[in-house]
Amino acid sequence: MKMFNTRQQQIIGFLLVAIALAALPWVAGMLGNSWVRILNIALLYVMLALGLNIVVGFAGLLDLGYVAFYAVGAYVYGLLASPHLTDNFEAIAALFPGGLHLSIWVLIPLSAMVAAFFGVLLGGPTLRLRGDYLAIVTLGFGEIIRLFLNNLNAPLNITNGPQGINMIEPVSIAGLRFSRTVDLFGLDVPALHLYYYLFLALTLIIIGVCMRLQQSRIGRAWTAIRDDETAAKAMGINTRNMKLLAFALGASFGGVAGAMFSAFQGFVSPESFGLMESIIVLCMVVLGGMGHIPGVILGALLLAGFPEMLRQVVTPVQEFLFGAVLVDAEIIRSLIYGLTMVLAMLYRPQGLWPQGKSKAARKQVPT
Amino acid sequence: MTQFLFSATGLKKHFGGVSAVDNVSLRIEEGQVFGLIGPNGAGKTTCFNLITGLYTPDAGQFSFKGKTYNPASPNDVARMGIARTFQNIRLFKSMTALENVAVGMHTQTRQGVLGAVLRTPAQRREEQQVLEHALDLLHYVGIGQCAHHLAAHLSYGDQRRLEIARALASKPSLLALDEPAAGMNATEKLKLRELLLRIREDGKSILLIEHDVKLVMGICDQVTVLDYGKVIEYGTPSQVQQSPAVIEAYLGGLHHG
Repeated sequence: MKMFNTRQQQIIGFLLVAIALAALPWVAGMLGNSWVRILNIALLYVMLALGLNIVVGFAGLLDLGYVAFYAVGAYVYGLLASPHLTDNFEAIAALFPGGLHLSIWVLIPLSAMVAAFFGVLLGGPTLRLRGDYLAIVTLGFGEIIRLFLNNLNAPLNITNGPQGINMIEPVSIAGLRFSRTVDLFGLDVPALHLYYYLFLALTLIIIGVCMRLQQSRIGRAWTAIRDDETAAKAMGINTRNMKLLAFALGASFGGVAGAMFSAFQGFVSPESFGLMESIIVLCMVVLGGMGHIPGVILGALLLAGFPEMLRQVVTPVQEFLFGAVLVDAEIIRSLIYGLTMVLAMLYRPQGLWPQGKSKAARKQVPT
Repeated sequence: MTQFLFSATGLKKHFGGVSAVDNVSLRIEEGQVFGLIGPNGAGKTTCFNLITGLYTPDAGQFSFKGKTYNPASPNDVARMGIARTFQNIRLFKSMTALENVAVGMHTQTRQGVLGAVLRTPAQRREEQQVLEHALDLLHYVGIGQCAHHLAAHLSYGDQRRLEIARALASKPSLLALDEPAAGMNATEKLKLRELLLRIREDGKSILLIEHDVKLVMGICDQVTVLDYGKVIEYGTPSQVQQSPAVIEAYLGGLHHG
């Protein structure tokens, strides 16, 4: 913040960032549409990482099953924006003869709310648990949700089991369907770009919510619980409610990301919501700097973008060096990914961009 | 019956077969500095934890400000108006001194998620008040210059002061201090004494658990002495000092030989 001393400079800086963010998909699009896809997926991961950061970073509750909320959001959207339910349940088909076509303004809040409900469901029984014990229970919870999704296809076919849900409708805002290139004020905007702007908007909202929460009475209460739960209680903080709030809010962001994932892919299956996903999101939070919002965003962008970049780079580089692909790109990718994590934790255990406390404090100086 | 600010009657607490607190009763008058003393392992801290809701008593009645209460959870006790400090300092280490005191004001503030996210005028006003009041309190206990230092980076004596400021932040009627002088050197103790006297002058009642008999005798209005979980003496400091039972407890059988 030091760079901009005056209000004018602040506005200029803000405009530059806004222009850069708006232009980003077009620049990436020049390299190929796959890069815009990568951007979109990266934004989904930023949302997920910020949600998990509330639970792990702010409140200090180690959650290894966070992907469950992503899955819940994805399935809420998937079920309510696809023909699956009307195809399988006559009663629902009778209720909605034209098929389920809920508005995005209903689906996003609903996904967030259902995910938040599941967050409370997980938080409730685990209130007394801390650290390792909590991690194990949350890990189990994540697996339970995945197994349910995998097996709820009989006797009633609710989730269509391992085949997943197909034909999920793309997002549609004010008659604008995000399924093909649309003409906006004379500019041809591909669907991928539209998703990018939608995800960016949601991400910015989530960032804003996180920042404001962190600098509020609630954020302080979370940090107090993280630092010393007994002392937090002695300060009159209702730790039960505060923890449930952290679980619910964190989960709701996961739910939003899940819904967007569902709409973006047009297809969801339990396979996308394995333990590995939870671990990757946790890695983003830890690598970036637990509890520090810019750090977490950086961590998410790096870990979401880095493997994709390697995917694009490893094969051509091998071909250039050896004239043939000696090692499968996927293997090298995992290897470098793992090695990076090991090195990062050895040399930067506090994360790449941890909270600079003196700076945070200066911002709060009352005048 | 005289109106006491706080009273506890017939407190009992067992840990396994050990009776840590056995039939202890305490009564604190408004505006008093009340001392709870006793040798090591006498049950002072257990008593303290019963009063502040950290432990559940096996038996006993509590009343505070004329109402009976059930110290089932520490956060309810704090909300009622009993603020405490800890024998082994328990500050929020990753927060600044100012933020620590701001956490102490939790019960004095209302704003929830919506207020914070929308940053309503009410929320901004409250935040401003919180930070101003927190800074005032830091100056009050004499560590205003450290407001933006991390709690973990403060000196030992300052950490003790910060704990007191944090406890005062909830505007308690009763300030409960668990061995605030533990580990302090002579100068720090003297400054602590001044601070405690000032807090009393400003109208707060204090429950002081202390090991340092000299400090207790200097500032307490009433003293209860515990030994092996039982009350062995009660009275003004000078009365207590002359009690044979107290001398016996503190010096063991020494005076016999």
